[in-house]
Amino acid sequence: MNPKSAEELVALAGNPNCGKTTLFNAITGAHQHVGNYPGITVEKKEGFYAVDGRRLRLVDLPGTYSLTAYSMEELVARDFLVHERPRVVINIVDASNLDRNLYLTIQLMELGIPIVLALNMIDAAESRGIEINAEELSRRLDREVVPTVARSGRGKDDLLDTVARVASDPRDWQPIHISYGPDIDPVLDRMEAEIHAADFMTDTLPARWTALKFLEEDEQVLARGDETDSALSERLKAEARQVTEHLQKTLASYPEAIIADHRYGFIAALLKDGVVRRTQKADRLYLSDQVDRVLTNRFFGPLIMMSILYAVYHFTFDYSEIPVQWLESGFSVLGQWVESVLEPGPLRSLLVSGVIDGVGGVMGFVPLIMLMFLAIAFLEDTGYLARVAYMLDRVFRTFGLHGSSVMAFIISGGIAGGCAVPGVMATRTLRSSKERLATMLTAPFMNCGAKLPVFAMLIAAFFPGNRPRIMFLLTLVSWIMALLIAKLIRLTILRGPSTPFLLELPPYRLPTFKGLLIHTWERTWQYIQKAGTIILAISILFWALMAFPGLPESRKAAFEADRNAVLQSLPVALKQAVAQQEAPDDLPADAREQWANARKALDAVDQSEALAGLQNSFAGRIGMAFEGLSRWCGLDWRTNVALLSGFAAKELIISTLGTAYSMGKPAEDRDRPLSQRLASDPDWSPLKAMAVIIFIMLYAPCFATVTCIVRESGAWKWGLFSMAFNTVVAFLMAVVVYQGGRWLGIGG
Amino acid sequence: MRTVLLRHMVAGQKGTIARVGATGELGRRIRDMGLVPGTPIQIQGRAPLKDPVAIRTRNFTLTLRNNEADFIEVTVEEEP
Repeated sequence: MNPKSAEELVALAGNPNCGKTTLFNAITGAHQHVGNYPGITVEKKEGFYAVDGRRLRLVDLPGTYSLTAYSMEELVARDFLVHERPRVVINIVDASNLDRNLYLTIQLMELGIPIVLALNMIDAAESRGIEINAEELSRRLDREVVPTVARSGRGKDDLLDTVARVASDPRDWQPIHISYGPDIDPVLDRMEAEIHAADFMTDTLPARWTALKFLEEDEQVLARGDETDSALSERLKAEARQVTEHLQKTLASYPEAIIADHRYGFIAALLKDGVVRRTQKADRLYLSDQVDRVLTNRFFGPLIMMSILYAVYHFTFDYSEIPVQWLESGFSVLGQWVESVLEPGPLRSLLVSGVIDGVGGVMGFVPLIMLMFLAIAFLEDTGYLARVAYMLDRVFRTFGLHGSSVMAFIISGGIAGGCAVPGVMATRTLRSSKERLATMLTAPFMNCGAKLPVFAMLIAAFFPGNRPRIMFLLTLVSWIMALLIAKLIRLTILRGPSTPFLLELPPYRLPTFKGLLIHTWERTWQYIQKAGTIILAISILFWALMAFPGLPESRKAAFEADRNAVLQSLPVALKQAVAQQEAPDDLPADAREQWANARKALDAVDQSEALAGLQNSFAGRIGMAFEGLSRWCGLDWRTNVALLSGFAAKELIISTLGTAYSMGKPAEDRDRPLSQRLASDPDWSPLKAMAVIIFIMLYAPCFATVTCIVRESGAWKWGLFSMAFNTVVAFLMAVVVYQGGRWLGIGG
Repeated sequence: MRTVLLRHMVAGQKGTIARVGATGELGRRIRDMGLVPGTPIQIQGRAPLKDPVAIRTRNFTLTLRNNEADFIEVTVEEEP
């Protein structure tokens, strides 16, 4: 039998926190893959399972409380059901919280799609003194009901057998008829008849469901109706409006509210008399609530939260340090090997400086990203992240953000030393798009781990003895700037009221090991794939900017002549030895000194050539073109080139500055650390250093981050916006610092 | 028996939702979470900055901002 022909599409639907993903993992194990729904960033997970010779293709729909058009997730779930028409929907409900979970079930039944109910976490419900008569529930709903415990796999086989059985008996969709009361029912019947008569969208949508959505004023269905048959659509809207006016006058209510009331009424009747039995008092305090009394306490709550966030930060950065170093040295060994087997030339330079350094820079972050995702998955799955959002929402809302924004800020470097790439990815925990975008655009202002070495170098050069204080000040400045800019963005381009908060605090649960690993790996893999490919392209582009056009032949010949002059002055015996980096062991003492001097002289020529090449390169020309503007905040072309290289990765700022500031200096001077060289450079001052620090803190995020912003926001424009906008903000702030300082007469 | 706004209830106080005045997206969201007239609720506590408020209803914990709680009227059983 051809297995493809027996493949059945099965969807998993359920509320957030009902154990849906755990069940999905339990069924499909490692046979799953994650992608995004076309055009948007809502995750689409698919997996396979074979039962009774049938192959089930399982799609894990996003967790939703309802099937209205409230959020992206709900629209995705609904569109999937309507357009893909899965054979069976496994509707997972939390047995402890049946009445609210059944609200989604009722809406699935209104749509008429065949469902099998998985009565999940039945063990937790029993321990809370809630007994559910599954057979009676099944009889009243006229749908199969299977008790399950997703964590342990209990009931899984039974559930899949049931699904296979229902799938093998394909039926038409059978929408249930619920009474929505005397004001709605007659109109609903009339509208249903009209829709049937005109075959209005009935190819995909049941007539009664469409009528119901017209009464609920569902934007998506109304828009589709207008396209399909605008005359009928207008007529239906007019009827809905009439009901609305009547309800407004008599009950001061809306059809949507009345319909919801009746759905809950239907559920209450469904569960009454013998389906749900409580053996304990309903308002008893459970362990989870008692834990919350401490963890969200007015005094201890914030303290514990700070400690936990700090611990996450330490866990990620401390434990990733060694593997990150391994990977970095692995890539540098690879680079050296390529250098040893290839002749010097553009190809070698492209492979080493472009491909290996570029990809290595991204891959080096993988252990860090992995631990970060592990920590977030842990906090998310235990339920603590929801408490963080609850405690901090008041602060963040003042700036147009959301309680959940805090995680993204901290990961990006809110305690100094994070990384904006996982930070931007962490905004996924935010549900509403405006707050999420504002968080994504401001999180890169934090002082990430790559900016820190640059700051440390400049502080050592110009503010010695004040290091911890300046560092703390810079952390404060980045928070203040991020929050103020967030407010500015929310008042202008992302203006709009804050989206409803209404957040469920799920009971604390110990996450499953398998779930954590799957979660961490799938996110890490996405990072490797997507960031890896784009970063490769960008690093090749940057390599080209710095390497081309090469020096004209005449100037190359001049440097070659300088080198030859050094070599000519040496005795023949030493000429060979000078080509090596280390002095040969058998060299006599006086020759050793001569060797060292020649070596330094040759290095000086190499450095000058590198600098001349940089100045002549496209990057150098860009740096000089902007010098007129950048002088406003005290920056010369050499710093500009370094900042340009910082687009590729902020770590590069130091090495590029190193190259740019080694021109024409005596050899002894070049051996001193960069910070000392800058400190003694007449072109630099503490004020300029501060302006540069502020600029680096705020300007365009590195390309890895921009790539993430593009992917997470689903639009190139936000990536480009963050580059342009942040650079303008950085420039203005640096000008304020530099010109303000000069005006005040400090350090100018 | 008297009706107060959810915002003005104190920790531990119980009541039954009398009316939800919110419309549009907020109204829809409130109903999706099970807050409809006739639903019993109890105030579980408030965030350290007194906003949002956490309530216990239908056997789960829900938090909402004070300005969202303003749309919900609750019939309280006894004087706090």
